[in-house]
Amino acid sequence: MYVARSPRIAARMLGEEMLVMSGHDSTLFTLNPTATILWQAADGSTPLNEIVEQRICSEFEVKPEDAMRDAEELAEDLAKHGILLIAEQPISTQPISKLAAATQEPVEAKR
Amino acid sequence: MIEIGKTPVRVNTSDEQFLRLVQSRYAGFLSEGGAAEFDLDVDLRAPSGMERDAPVRVTQSAGRWFLERGDFRAEWEPAKRRGSIRQTANPYSIDAVLRIVHTLVLAGQGGFLLHSASAIRNGKAFLFAGVSGAGKTTISRLAPPDATLLTDEISYVRKLDAGYMAYGTPFTGELAKLGENAVAPVDTLYLLAQGAENRIEPVSVADAGRELLANMLFFAEDPEYVHRAFQAACDFVHRVPVCRLTFVPDARVWELIG
Repeated sequence: MYVARSPRIAARMLGEEMLVMSGHDSTLFTLNPTATILWQAADGSTPLNEIVEQRICSEFEVKPEDAMRDAEELAEDLAKHGILLIAEQPISTQPISKLAAATQEPVEAKR
Repeated sequence: MIEIGKTPVRVNTSDEQFLRLVQSRYAGFLSEGGAAEFDLDVDLRAPSGMERDAPVRVTQSAGRWFLERGDFRAEWEPAKRRGSIRQTANPYSIDAVLRIVHTLVLAGQGGFLLHSASAIRNGKAFLFAGVSGAGKTTISRLAPPDATLLTDEISYVRKLDAGYMAYGTPFTGELAKLGENAVAPVDTLYLLAQGAENRIEPVSVADAGRELLANMLFFAEDPEYVHRAFQAACDFVHRVPVCRLTFVPDARVWELIG
């Protein structure tokens, strides 16, 4: 399974929290730490199992099989909200605009 | 011309009565001469094919914005600096169109309209945001004589090179009193709450962002517009102090402000 950030959403790291807004209906979501890691790693070309192994299992004390099952559920949940794209093949996404491309990557808050 | 936030909009109508109505509604926010940021042609006929209570809908296609509600249908083409509105002779429809167009203009510049009261004191602007019932009207009513009330309902925030500026608006709330047509740099955004004592508390940048977004005027179902508005809010909370202001509804709360 491959996951990619949807180009139809806006996202930004504020402090320790990732805020994500739907570009379709402006619904605002706050991602929890696991979802934030998944979101940041979802480049469309890294398989989900690699993300789980390299980013989630190294961050949390969790069995790989449990982490993978939870990550799949999380990815599907995020996909239902239009935040992530899921596919069996690598995913290529185009940002909505140059502005979106410039702001797609989360930046550290300075406050 | 109706000039809000230093953005002059020329309203074109051949109906003298409607013109007088507009002049009365926007007294203090009118200007003459000079170039308009854009023109708005008013066609005083009821929009056809619309349910009277249809909610507001704002969409974009090929560089043109389409704005509609039960009582009006409008178009706005930024590149041509021109728009048109079809409505009956009432002040509410054009007021809604102006609010929407200003939110779209501001989003492109890193600014926004905000459900908040705002006032200038000691040369600095303070914003008081909150949903209906949070205390916007109350804190406006309690403002001391040395405070200049910019609005009791909808604040106008622009991002300039020097920082964020708050402008007075004619968009009124329960006070039904137009704000002063004045401007000052934004000092603090207060998130309002009423309580048993007056106090100011810091809020996390994430909470500030969430509450700012919850109080911003959003109209368009357009991904690029949402991007711009979202980033504008995030930029703002990184640069401007945001605090929670809990207050007892009496004039002493203003001892904490300014």
